[in-house]
Amino acid sequence: MKRREFIKLSSLLGTSAVAGPALMLGGCANKPLPGTGVVSKTPTVCDMCFWKCAGDVYKEDGELWKITGNEDDLHSGGRLCTRGTGGPGAYLDPDRLKKPLLRVTVDGRQTFREVSWDEALQFIAAKMQGIADTVGPERMALLHHGAGGHHFLHLLRAFGSNSHAEPAFAQCRGPRDVGFRLTFGEPASSPERTDMANARCIVLLGSHIGENLHNAQVQTLAAAINKDATLITVDPRFSVPAGKSKHWLPIKPGTDIALLLGWMNVIIEEELYDRDYVERYTIGFEQLSDHVRQYTPEWVFLETGIRPDVIRETAREMGKAAPATVVHPGRHAAWYGDDTQRSRAIAMLNALLGSWNRKGGFYIPEKVDMPHFPLPKYPKPSVQTGDAYPGKWPFASQGVTNGVIEASIGEDAFFKGWMVYGTNLPQTIPGVATKLRAAADSLDLVVVIDTMPSEITGYADVILPECTYLERYDDVRNSGERHPSLALRMPAFEPKYESKPGWWIAKQLGEQLGLHKYFPWEDYADKIDWELQQVGSSLEEMQRIGVKNFPRKGPLYFREGEPKRFFTPSRKIELYSKQLAAKGFDPMPVYTAPEPVPHGYYRLNYGRMPAHTFGKTTNNPLLFELAPENQLWVNPLVANEHRLENGEYVKLASREGGLSSKIRVRVTERIGPDSVFMAHGFGHKSKRLRLTAGAGADDSELMTNVKIDPIMGGTGMRGNFVTFIKEQAAGGES
Amino acid sequence: MTRFAMVIDTRTCIGCGDCVVACKTENHVPEGLNRDWVVEATSGTYPDLKTEFRSERCNHCSNPTCVTLCPTGASHLWNDTNIVLVEPEKCTGCKACIAACPYDARLVMHPDGYIDKCTFCHHRVEKGLDPACVSTCPTGCMHFGSLDDPNSEVSKLLKTREHKVLNPETGNEPNVYYLI
Amino acid sequence: MKEELLVTARGNELIDPSLHIWTWEVAMYLFLGGLTAGVMIFAALMTVMHRDEEAPFAARRLALLAPIVLSAGMTTLFLDLEHKLFVYRFYTSFQITSPMSWGAWILIVIYPISIMQILSTFRSGYGFFAGFVDRFAIGRTILDTCERYRHEIAMAAIPFAIALGIYTGILLSAFGARPFWNSGVLGPLFLVSGMSTAAALVALIARQHSEKELFTRIDLALIVAEIALVALFLVNLSTGSGQQIEALQSVLGGPYTLVFWVLFVGVGLLVPALIEVLEITGVNRSLAVLAPVLVLIGGYALRQIMLDAGQESSWTNYDTQYNSELLERLHEESP
Repeated sequence: MKRREFIKLSSLLGTSAVAGPALMLGGCANKPLPGTGVVSKTPTVCDMCFWKCAGDVYKEDGELWKITGNEDDLHSGGRLCTRGTGGPGAYLDPDRLKKPLLRVTVDGRQTFREVSWDEALQFIAAKMQGIADTVGPERMALLHHGAGGHHFLHLLRAFGSNSHAEPAFAQCRGPRDVGFRLTFGEPASSPERTDMANARCIVLLGSHIGENLHNAQVQTLAAAINKDATLITVDPRFSVPAGKSKHWLPIKPGTDIALLLGWMNVIIEEELYDRDYVERYTIGFEQLSDHVRQYTPEWVFLETGIRPDVIRETAREMGKAAPATVVHPGRHAAWYGDDTQRSRAIAMLNALLGSWNRKGGFYIPEKVDMPHFPLPKYPKPSVQTGDAYPGKWPFASQGVTNGVIEASIGEDAFFKGWMVYGTNLPQTIPGVATKLRAAADSLDLVVVIDTMPSEITGYADVILPECTYLERYDDVRNSGERHPSLALRMPAFEPKYESKPGWWIAKQLGEQLGLHKYFPWEDYADKIDWELQQVGSSLEEMQRIGVKNFPRKGPLYFREGEPKRFFTPSRKIELYSKQLAAKGFDPMPVYTAPEPVPHGYYRLNYGRMPAHTFGKTTNNPLLFELAPENQLWVNPLVANEHRLENGEYVKLASREGGLSSKIRVRVTERIGPDSVFMAHGFGHKSKRLRLTAGAGADDSELMTNVKIDPIMGGTGMRGNFVTFIKEQAAGGES
Repeated sequence: MTRFAMVIDTRTCIGCGDCVVACKTENHVPEGLNRDWVVEATSGTYPDLKTEFRSERCNHCSNPTCVTLCPTGASHLWNDTNIVLVEPEKCTGCKACIAACPYDARLVMHPDGYIDKCTFCHHRVEKGLDPACVSTCPTGCMHFGSLDDPNSEVSKLLKTREHKVLNPETGNEPNVYYLI
Repeated sequence: MKEELLVTARGNELIDPSLHIWTWEVAMYLFLGGLTAGVMIFAALMTVMHRDEEAPFAARRLALLAPIVLSAGMTTLFLDLEHKLFVYRFYTSFQITSPMSWGAWILIVIYPISIMQILSTFRSGYGFFAGFVDRFAIGRTILDTCERYRHEIAMAAIPFAIALGIYTGILLSAFGARPFWNSGVLGPLFLVSGMSTAAALVALIARQHSEKELFTRIDLALIVAEIALVALFLVNLSTGSGQQIEALQSVLGGPYTLVFWVLFVGVGLLVPALIEVLEITGVNRSLAVLAPVLVLIGGYALRQIMLDAGQESSWTNYDTQYNSELLERLHEESP
């Protein structure tokens, strides 16, 4: 307990002037109770993260009141998460981008000037046309994140380029989706197709559901806990789900593959696997049995620090509950550079347990079969994104952001122009600052489209202010789920300031570029209405109900014993991957020990906090109030050794010289003595973010030892080591 | 007198703070103030640990010392229930109720000078709805209802699950329960 | 390690990191209220015991200070209110369970009694001003009546003044939520302290040697009683609940140890007691004027320390990592 110092008494001794409270004569009458005014509601699809929950925006007497979940929505179960509930802050944030900004040089110094939409759009169109005329439209790339990115992908494709990448791939889910695709022929999807609500056993590896708030994931995990499902959490940190688990395995960081191989060893040795499922659907079981024989629990113990009896016991728990066992694929999987292989090990373990597409394991997601608005065919681009980094990362199923950035540096760079939508690259891609500066020097055009200023806006030639999700139409949400369902995002308010919806910006740019035929709608509502009418709904109906659920056409799980063809070359679940072998990779995951922690350094572990979606929400006034900065978790032994006080501010330095801004120390047992932990998304430098600028530290600045996954280009971020730099005085940014 | 209770399951509470934000928007809670908050209690030594999250607020005690010590009757019980409210027009801002609450908790200073606090969202309760925090909780760990009704969800949970209240020794008889 | 952490802010700077809802205004009010009680008690006692000759100041003139000191106290109390416009709400209801409500009404009774006390000795104490009053028939009648009932008025003033003195302590001890205050000794302690400060005040102001000496003796006796009550208070807490034992640590090694022992017990009780002993025994009179000043300082220190240490004592002791200074950014103007 921090004690207040005894300062009051000095006033009695007359040594200090005491300022009495201002004479407050303003009184207050009883305020009307919430909801007694004129209340109206408008459906929305939340954009506070990328889960896309459907909800309702409530207005009282015309003012924004609150946003709540839509009861019919599977993504949210009628309950929005912390960030979704904090959605009003995104609309009300006074730091929003307000007007188009154009980079100009005044007296030799570059600065931004507020310009009209016409001027900004004409500038961009002229530059894009110039790129198309000189090197071809494909040299214009889109870097994007979030639902609204679709409008600009459409624009670029109409323009003749299919070059695009999103950090959600190489910096996040990519290794997992590639690993699952290599094994099952399908990705783990978003929302993840885990059937946790029906699971009897759930295994989480470094996945901290609850600290991240992927809504339906959190809700189904809670449902499993309520049904007393066995929860096994593998995490070096005592994470929130670790605290809810029957078995918490505080693993030595970076040794997960050893544990997974050890589990497969036990499951095969003790014949805990689903024999029928394995025989019917998989190939390579024999090779796998031979391969994992060497990874005995006793051997795994030496690598992971997890006792052999615990490895056996947890494997038996998985086997007992199978197929209602989910070995969770995780979401952010770009850790150590061998992440596709780790994800494959997870997929293979699920295959052995027979949980893929079985009740309590994984379900088969289904979408609404909704036709797209009829448009002319896109011109065929002469090159694809991957041609920018030929020969690299053969299994990258999407554009690789780091590849695109590297291919944008230099006079003869592949890419000449960028459009950046909804992603703050400096905080998103580890250790990218130098490359970004070099790319910004080389590129002919950088357009940033966002609702908020951030670090990436500093690199832009033109900044276009998009309005928030509460002020715009976007495409109808149609993601694979337990039931096919549609959800509408529509404007609850007119766009504030001079901000505009993404679809409007894309259409205006398209028309400047002479691509009118790709944008035949007057209002995006026309396009949405046409599509909805094709599936028996209408814009009018969706404006009323927000969410429409449809019956499934196929089964939710495999029927017992039915033959199935998988989307792999062998049409089977590939325990042994010929695809990988053909490209010179290990056909089955092989464990390599992680780099040891250098003396005096600690492994940098990072993650999420439920109040924020990375740096996207830290300036949201409502969420800022909830969690204004991140903290650095430090084990008491480490704190003692470095004389760190609870609550003190320190900086961190990485082994290779990366330096963070100051961060507050939290001395806690919840982390072991070999690591430190912080939530990602803080340490903003942009002064335009008045609330969050300089609050907390940014882990990506410390990621100077990035391991690229050779299979798909993922940026492994967990191999970084940091040490403390004591601050002389807490307080202002020094 | 109807006795309303909140029952919060610490087994599924993840400490996400959604309850805090939902309260703020629902009730127009002024900037910088909160009527509810989240406590994280960790005990043990790595790796032998236990963490409990608790969403806390006014306990709407059956023996509310804030009401008994209020000199003007501004702190009062709503409609013959245990819901403790403050009437701004009777409140002098003397802060006796703040000192009177053993949970250090329930009362915050509205910038206009009167005492503001959790109302158990009585404006929703009278419409048969759950308080905003309960209805938004993503894990569904929060429950609300009347303890007088033996068939209410809260009564059933307290009958079947091990539970506790905060500092029962205060004698205030708090009505926010935590399932363990 | 036990870590009980407030993850989100309660957002109430009055509560976090530790409760400090009342500052100098309330301490001053408690001090002045106690002083008023003592002033009235001594004015009444000197009347009842017919000490007009021995203690002319206390018997005839002291009573005038009561409403003045009390009004000053009520002014500081008013300054503390956050919703000032609604101060009248103290007098639109009577809350039987609230000592503060009792106090508000006691003050209402105290004023007329203390005015009558003044009037009953107005001619003898403040002849010059009484002359003006006597010019009016109604004024004469009032003064005559009060003088006639001087003894009865004094008798009536004593219980109300005692109630006022005890009330300033009970006001705090009624808060069961604050373990440090939760002791029945606080009422008597504050009463005795209030009387001691009043005695000191008389010893300071009175001109007549016999009166100074009388009140020095009275004060010494009261200081001895106060020391006994302080000891009792400490014993009371140390044998109380776990929370009380923990709360007691704030003056036994905790942040208030120094001010409690050095400033209150040392400077406020022991040193003046010693000076007074020296004075009474005639060993040294050079410091005579210092003793009452120290007693008055000690009397205020007692209220301030009690108020502060009590507010920090609590049933819930959450640590917080929340840097509420960052919230100030919410109020900064747009550039």
